[in-house]
Amino acid sequence: MLTALIALGVLAIVIGVVLGYSAIRFHVDSDPIVDQIDALLPQTQCGQCTYAGCRPYAEAIAAGEADINQCPPGGETTIQALADLLGVDAKPLNPEHGEHKDRTVVEIDEQVCIGCTLCIQACPVDAILGAPKQMHTIIKDECTGCNLCIPPCPVECIHIVPVATTLRNWSWPLPPEAGTETARYG
Amino acid sequence: MAELQRKALPVIDPEFTQRYHFHGGLKLPGCREAASGRPIQPAGLPSQLVLPLAQHIGEPAECLVSPGDYVCRGQRIAQAVGSISAPVHASTSGTVLTVEPRPVPHPSGLPAPCIIIATDGKDSPAPDMPPALDYLNTDTDTLLERIRTAGIVGLGGAGFPTRAKLARRDAIELLVINGVECEPCIACDDSLQRERAHEVIEGVRILRHIVQPAACLIAVEDNMPEAEQALRAALAARNETGIRVVNVPTIYPTGGERQLIKVLTDREVPSQGFPADIGIIVQNVGTAAAVYHAVVKSQPLLSRIVTVTGDGVQTACNMDVLIGTPVSHLIAAAGGYTDQIERLLIGGPMMGYAVNTDAVPVIKTTNCVLAVTARSMPAPPPAQACIRCGKCTEVCPADLLPQQLYWYARSGNHDAAQDYGLFDCIECGCCAHVCPSHIQLVQYYRHAKTTIWEQEKQKQKADIARMRHEARLVRLERIKQEREEKLARKKQALSGKSAGDEARQAAIQAALERVRQKKEQAATPPRNTDNLTPEQLRQIEAADRRRRDRATPPQDTD
Repeated sequence: MLTALIALGVLAIVIGVVLGYSAIRFHVDSDPIVDQIDALLPQTQCGQCTYAGCRPYAEAIAAGEADINQCPPGGETTIQALADLLGVDAKPLNPEHGEHKDRTVVEIDEQVCIGCTLCIQACPVDAILGAPKQMHTIIKDECTGCNLCIPPCPVECIHIVPVATTLRNWSWPLPPEAGTETARYG
Repeated sequence: MAELQRKALPVIDPEFTQRYHFHGGLKLPGCREAASGRPIQPAGLPSQLVLPLAQHIGEPAECLVSPGDYVCRGQRIAQAVGSISAPVHASTSGTVLTVEPRPVPHPSGLPAPCIIIATDGKDSPAPDMPPALDYLNTDTDTLLERIRTAGIVGLGGAGFPTRAKLARRDAIELLVINGVECEPCIACDDSLQRERAHEVIEGVRILRHIVQPAACLIAVEDNMPEAEQALRAALAARNETGIRVVNVPTIYPTGGERQLIKVLTDREVPSQGFPADIGIIVQNVGTAAAVYHAVVKSQPLLSRIVTVTGDGVQTACNMDVLIGTPVSHLIAAAGGYTDQIERLLIGGPMMGYAVNTDAVPVIKTTNCVLAVTARSMPAPPPAQACIRCGKCTEVCPADLLPQQLYWYARSGNHDAAQDYGLFDCIECGCCAHVCPSHIQLVQYYRHAKTTIWEQEKQKQKADIARMRHEARLVRLERIKQEREEKLARKKQALSGKSAGDEARQAAIQAALERVRQKKEQAATPPRNTDNLTPEQLRQIEAADRRRRDRATPPQDTD
């Protein structure tokens, strides 16, 4: 009886030490699941999910605080990818957070801009170039279309424009499906 | 490892006596005769040239001219951006009208930036053309630079910049010059080899000089005897024994790079790999001729041979066309449309795509303009459901499973499609050609490919956005910290002020002390007061009294 207790006690201590050591020695700084979730998010940093950016939202999902259907820019594709990653059922986008739209960017009407720098402070990806009392402009290639710069603008000179389809981002459409109206008469 | 793989490859027979078979393929009825019976005719000078900035695979060129500029033949009007890019030259002299988006030969039908030149008919050459090169006595880098600046791209159809394709030249065993037509009906390479065999041979010699392969051959189809004879005659005239002409069976798509390599050597280009990985480089005959013009004639790529054919055009023919010539001009030169013209295709009957206007120009990669009637090429009948007959698998020259690819591409399961070799598909159209359900299989693959590329691009953009966002957060944090530090320093300075005050107080005290001591000294009687008269003593006493009376508090001193 005593031998068994001692043996189990020693075993428990040894295992405890090993586990404790490995917990420190092999400590992973960031939770990899957060990185994986973050990699699936569109990185618009728009905050429509009610979090301060894509990473905080990823952290919230990982912590089980947020649902996977709060990202309007990502839409169904992102929800499906998140569902696959986390092994949960996909669900429709929560309309409280907005609806999925085609990608857009913003444009500054440079004639109207007064150079107040408020939009520069609002842009989460530093895609606006300008200085106090100097004209501002959007670096279109870097704009994520989060529209966070629009509310602070005192002169309403920032407009949403759709991303134009060019030869470089055009995709072949799917052919008409078998048995559909277009296939039969198109 | 690479060496091991190389060893495992089939040995190249130096005599090239045997032909091998790639998987699948189709024997299609030939219709080349329609165009190849007549000599190459010049298409003539159109009133306007439309030169797109993107005529090749890779980055579009950057425009160097502005409206109103006068440009000469061969003048560079757009420069290459990066290594996978090619410059654009003015095909003839004239005035730049505008630089604006115009319809270009592309399946999307979307406009793209083009330089529009109003031709002046003088065809005056640019004054600063580079000198002709004696290639045997010129180093490889100079030759490659000439090929790059001449804007030469693969003229077989893909339009990959030739300079970039020649970048890997280490341990090349075989240089193949592809004289096999891409598709039935197209005859531009055939007519080039028949009529300009010497240009092709000279170009091949230059390419061979650059690549230094162990063997070099020109491959033609077995139904091009005239081309084969012309090439052999040109070789014999030069006593050239290092280049061999071989013919291959006419099975579609032998003109494909990978398929041709398989037929000639039994080697297979690895999935997602390049021919250079297995010691082979393939160049089109038209590209070879363009290299000849660039090196020996100092002329950049300004024209190419285009087959104009189909029963929608009056006279099928091969034409020598200036790059940028509108297709409408070619059709007019070929006698115009027939009454029943239904569709206009750029490319051949298998891989060509329809364009909705004949205002599109001929670009570097345009090998064929096909005008068809509803009779010769009826619109595809409505697609039926896949019956899993497996015919597509039998004919696939890339040895893929087209049916599986179809399911995955249709359902948007792109990962699975890629696992099944989506990107090894050469879009030859064999599967769709034999499909009894008339499913437009290739379009499903094209949809999946372009969608994957687009998603890939979006992901790259997202990664950049994440980086920029994180960099911004770091910067904001740094600014905040710097501000806090500054604040702390200020506070410190403020609290340090009392200490400074004490020091000042001490200094004041010390000064006061000095003054007091001085005063005390002043209070001691002067030394010259001995032996004075009583009158003098009285005067001194009176002065002292006055001084005491007027005396002011000592703190006001200093």
